[in-house]
Amino acid sequence: MKLTKTLLASTALTVAAGSAFAQDMADSMTLVSWGGAYQASQDKAYAQPYVAEHPDVTVSWDESSNEAVAKLRAMNEAGNITWDLVDVVAADAIRLCDEGLAMEYDPDELLAPADDGTDASDDFGDLIVSDCFIPQIVYSTTVGYRTDLVGDTPPTEICALFDMDAYPGKRALEKRPINNMEWALYCDGVAKDDIYDVLETPEGQDQALAKLDTIKDQVVWWSAGADTPQLLADGEVVMGSTYNGRLFSVIEEQDQPVGMLWDMQVFDLDGWIIPTGLSDEALARVKDFVYFATDTQRLADQAKYISYGPARMSSAPLVGQHADLGIDMAPHMPTDPENSKNTLLYNYEFWADYRDDIDAKFQAWLAQ
Amino acid sequence: MTQASAEGDASGPMLAADGTPLKKSLARALRLQKMRALMLIAPLLLFVLVTFIAPIADMLFRSVENEIVSETLPRTTAALADWDGQGLPPEGVYEDAFYDLYMAAERKEHTRLGTRLNYEMTGASSLMRKSGRGLDDIGEVYQDQFEDLDKNWDEAQPWAELMGDPEWLTDQAAWEKGDRMPKFTLRDGIADLLPKTAEQYEAFALYQQEEEAKSPLKEEPWSAVHTALYEDLKAGDLSGYTGPRAEMLIAADALVDSPDFETVSFADGFVEMDEDWAQPEIWKTIKLYAPDYTSGYFLNSVDMQLTPEGVEMRPENERIYILLFKRTIFMSLVITGSCILLAYPVAYILSNLPSRQANLLMILVLLPFWTSLLVRTSAWKVMLQQQGVINDVLVWLGLIADDSRLVMINNQFGTIVAMTHILLPFMILPMYSVMSTIPPTYVRAAKSLGATNWTTFWRVYFPQSIPGIGAGSILVFILSIGYYITPEIVGGTTGTFISNRIAYHISSSLNWGLAAALGAILLAVVLILYWAYDRIVGIDNVKLG
Repeated sequence: MKLTKTLLASTALTVAAGSAFAQDMADSMTLVSWGGAYQASQDKAYAQPYVAEHPDVTVSWDESSNEAVAKLRAMNEAGNITWDLVDVVAADAIRLCDEGLAMEYDPDELLAPADDGTDASDDFGDLIVSDCFIPQIVYSTTVGYRTDLVGDTPPTEICALFDMDAYPGKRALEKRPINNMEWALYCDGVAKDDIYDVLETPEGQDQALAKLDTIKDQVVWWSAGADTPQLLADGEVVMGSTYNGRLFSVIEEQDQPVGMLWDMQVFDLDGWIIPTGLSDEALARVKDFVYFATDTQRLADQAKYISYGPARMSSAPLVGQHADLGIDMAPHMPTDPENSKNTLLYNYEFWADYRDDIDAKFQAWLAQ
Repeated sequence: MTQASAEGDASGPMLAADGTPLKKSLARALRLQKMRALMLIAPLLLFVLVTFIAPIADMLFRSVENEIVSETLPRTTAALADWDGQGLPPEGVYEDAFYDLYMAAERKEHTRLGTRLNYEMTGASSLMRKSGRGLDDIGEVYQDQFEDLDKNWDEAQPWAELMGDPEWLTDQAAWEKGDRMPKFTLRDGIADLLPKTAEQYEAFALYQQEEEAKSPLKEEPWSAVHTALYEDLKAGDLSGYTGPRAEMLIAADALVDSPDFETVSFADGFVEMDEDWAQPEIWKTIKLYAPDYTSGYFLNSVDMQLTPEGVEMRPENERIYILLFKRTIFMSLVITGSCILLAYPVAYILSNLPSRQANLLMILVLLPFWTSLLVRTSAWKVMLQQQGVINDVLVWLGLIADDSRLVMINNQFGTIVAMTHILLPFMILPMYSVMSTIPPTYVRAAKSLGATNWTTFWRVYFPQSIPGIGAGSILVFILSIGYYITPEIVGGTTGTFISNRIAYHISSSLNWGLAAALGAILLAVVLILYWAYDRIVGIDNVKLG
């Protein structure tokens, strides 16, 4: 069974190798993203300009990034990959790469150099956290609060989350250990550099849960990114964690009485992966698209529609004004120097190892 | 007639018109009929088998399947079978692990193994990822030295001549892209001379041919082959060798025997890559999960774990599944109960009204049924939350103070309310169809014989409506036990079901084995309850109309 499969694959490869030089490209592409404002920003900044240049190409979107890892695994087992390019967070990209479901690539070959000629691998730098991951944006998970419910002294730092005396009321936190455990330890007096050393140990995990225990009965646990903005807008919670782009939209676009903290925002990355097992035509088209959609200008363009920072260093100076509101976007970027004075970077290696273990404890703690 | 049968008795079996025995002919006719019936339903049967039964069976099978460990580490798992589990395994196991992992890393399967082992041992994921990158450090110690001695040791052609069958060499040299590749075969005798090298080179050559579609004549062997060569040269004396590339091999043999030759033990090399290889834990875990089938997932799903010392309960602060199973069943029962209470009067009124009004009411029952599940659930959110409609009204009426608004959502209460509402039509409809078949004359007869309203209802009407309650209860209970979206949205932490964890393991943690085990248990629970229901109430007593 396995042998025939590999034999089939090898003959397919040899046959395909002959035709690869013809550079036939598929004329349709299925891109997978998160839906909502984020996908809209990608459509406007990448897909629409690309289609304008290549009118014979049709681009369709699939809003499945949320369960992309599971679906790609299922597609792979069924031997039928229907996606061409998938937008995932970096942690998922690492897992897809581990599982052999995402294609490894060479940054300098696949991605355009910066305008000044800097190689893509240098321009993206450390943000290429996996051999399969094509970085796109830097976003952060941070805390928003109701300006009308926090009295005269609005919170300025993350530990306000745990300060029930100064800011009584409900909080919204994500229903998973990642970020919450780090914040809990930080606010329990653990130095920022020691957080993951402490969190490695069972005692450290208990310490974090004990800190979270102090606010447990006041927490609404969310699982979709849209929850916290809604809860804030309804006045259901005083403060809550969510993605910085969601808060931007509540504050600037919907004009709600909401403010946000940048203190201890947790940086994370989002980007593309190319699934393994694409046909040569599909792959050629995807590569062409990725080269276009990740160049310096295109990444800067996306920031016109959503307040996430472009992953290329060379794109930062090109970030302009919001397409509809006309306000400067640079101060709303998580990477802006004013905003990134005290930050944490999502620890991919740590969570790849400890995710199963800590999640079991976290969920057991939640259910008690 | 009598005469005929008497005749039949006398001369053997009764015959049909065409002379065959009647029994046989009847059986044939019946069989034909059955076949025809089967052919009629065959498309449906096939459809159900292929799209429903087979995927479920496949999914459930994952709850015990565990081939990945022994497939990725075949030699290691075999070697570990003889290990007593005390301290660290012997050097030979490290050597086997080196070759296994080297191959796995080339195939990019080592990280998948890491993910699997990480479910059982925290840290296995990065251990495997690091090791995949670090294995070359061991191999290159030898590769570099052989290469310094003779450039040919880092060339594809000399290696192929040394290891390959001459006939194969000719065929392979004549091979062109697009043709079928001649399968690599070892040269006669080389496997006796250099056993480990032969094995590693063959694995390398077949991998290049089958998975990369590249010619072994063009690809330099990877460093695992050089490592194997060192092991062989160390073990045997080759000074008398006269085959192809003799000079090169004899020189290498001499080099290995010289005191300047740098070596590294596999165990040291592994510890160099990651400290965890010096801990017994990873070896114990591999040994424990080496069999092709495991009970590990099922044990996990009842809050137990497989350890080298045997099966034991998980630590207190990690137990969750039994609690969730109990909660799921308890809440499903409560939801079923509240559905019965609410649906019974509605169904009664529906079936006793004149048909015009009944139809109008029926639409009111069905309208929410046709509305999207998500919309209905979200509507409950708006109703029940602390700044929601119900709380606002209560505050406005002065029944509760503004600062002590009721908490009615993100807990069990919210889940029960929302799910009762959502599942109500499944209770009303079977009840209604049963009740509308109860002849009104029975009730009138009972009353005319002097029964009170209550006696009439309880002794005459209610017993006849039980099949409807039964059908509705089974529907609602089985639906709610597997419910997922509503508890996720309104359940908070105390109102979530086991299905929410199953969904988490399917789509987030990718621990499909555990999800399958949890699903299998849930399925078994439902079947047992169904069986119990059949024993107590009787499944014949269920009517959908």
